[in-house]
Amino acid sequence: MTLALFLQHLANGISLGSLYALVAIGYTMVYGILRLINFAHGNIFTAGAYLAFVGVALLQLSWGAAYVMAIVLTAALGVLVERVAYKPLRDAPRISVLISAIAVSFLLENLMVIIFGGRPKSFFRPPVFDQVMDIGSVKVPTVTFAIIAASAVLVIALSYMLYRTKPGLAMRALSSDFDTARLMAIDVDKTVALTFVVGSSLAAVGGILWAIKFPQVNPFMGGLPGLKAFVAAVLGGIGNVQGATIGGLMLGLAEVLLVAVFPAFSGYRDAIAFVALILILLWKPTGILGQEGRVKV
Amino acid sequence: MLEVEGLNVYYGGIHAVKGVSLKVPDGKIITLVGANGAGKSSILRSIVGLVKPKSGSIKFKGTELVGRLTNKIVESGVVLVPEGRRVFADFTVLENLKAGAYSRTDKQKIEEDLEWVFSLFPRLKERIKQRAGLLSGGEQQMLAVGRALMSRPDLLMMDEPSLGLAPQLAEGIFRIIGEINAKGKTVLLVEQNAKRALELSDYAYVLETGRIVLEGLGTDLMKDERVRKAYLGE
Repeated sequence: MTLALFLQHLANGISLGSLYALVAIGYTMVYGILRLINFAHGNIFTAGAYLAFVGVALLQLSWGAAYVMAIVLTAALGVLVERVAYKPLRDAPRISVLISAIAVSFLLENLMVIIFGGRPKSFFRPPVFDQVMDIGSVKVPTVTFAIIAASAVLVIALSYMLYRTKPGLAMRALSSDFDTARLMAIDVDKTVALTFVVGSSLAAVGGILWAIKFPQVNPFMGGLPGLKAFVAAVLGGIGNVQGATIGGLMLGLAEVLLVAVFPAFSGYRDAIAFVALILILLWKPTGILGQEGRVKV
Repeated sequence: MLEVEGLNVYYGGIHAVKGVSLKVPDGKIITLVGANGAGKSSILRSIVGLVKPKSGSIKFKGTELVGRLTNKIVESGVVLVPEGRRVFADFTVLENLKAGAYSRTDKQKIEEDLEWVFSLFPRLKERIKQRAGLLSGGEQQMLAVGRALMSRPDLLMMDEPSLGLAPQLAEGIFRIIGEINAKGKTVLLVEQNAKRALELSDYAYVLETGRIVLEGLGTDLMKDERVRKAYLGE
């Protein structure tokens, strides 16, 4: 493989990995606070892409306005799901909430089939994303750059929020101990809602960028990326935001580079994530940055 | 300042607190003494809204607390140092203290209180950037008390602050409780170390299996035959 080709694959892997990371962060934040695997998160991703599609194709909004509308409405959908399906079960056994999450996932998926039909629709994207940039002999589509840049900015902004602001402090407090967080006068309901706002917004951005990269939308588009992002979150150590970012990038790179080096495996591309899941669960079940369960004294 | 009337707490079928009434007057140190499972912690947790009592009333400065959310109760000036310290292990010492001041916006006064906490516990200042999980038990207890003070409470409740501490460290905590009280904070204390707690307190209640069986001035209770037998090991 030439260096130019390798760099091309590298850029592609990082951009795919960034998308997994954006979605994985939502899984990991919700898990960190509610100890819930939010199975509806992949559908939230799909909703983000569809809402952008509605904004651009049906409402004829400008690109920017359509994307902002999609992100805001997706965040609202995330909060609505939490209010209706998870909050009433907060004191229930965890398995009940999990079942509720699976139900929400099916509900959203079928709602989208009913509203938009099952057939894939092409996703119009800004013309700038049809271009390919030449850097020396390396050819990189502009969309690849856009994905990497947008994801990097969002991950940095999120870290700032988590470690430098009061709402971030509240989220971190909540993820370690609900009752003690309450004793700090932290409003649990508000903070949980904010967590869903952040996670769902990132998933919406992921969904929109995904639809720009692979320009179509369909009601099932969130299924596989959602599962892979979940694997990425486990890989990095579920509950840990840096872990989700690292896990996403590793998964994206592994997928692209393995297929590039062994083209014969390209049919198994989607299996890589799940092989990685099995390996990490055997080798280090808490994930790369995960901590061993702390024993309370 | 705080008046509890006919408090009943159930956990499932277990009647943990049976019609307890008690008063915590302004500026005093009040202690609840009793064996494990007597219902002391349940009373504190009910006051701060972490446990929902079945019946009874808890009035703080004349306002009913039962039915209010914990965050609102803490904002109104009641705080609890929970049993087992419960510091945020992944937070630094400073972040823990900032978490205590979460609901406050008066930056100037927060700084003042931070200085006050550091003057009470100079060890915390030395370890300001350290992760709380790496502190010793005694330091974690200091941090838990400091964190509670950062909410600028009128009523400070402490659940077993000396539990698991070496006698010398425990003595340090008791001394600090006295200092905090001297600063005008009202204190409601739950303690296993009955001797030290009774010495320190103005008034005390003795609990047995969810009921108050005895009450009186701390110094009087220390002379009581039953208390001496049951709690002072004489």
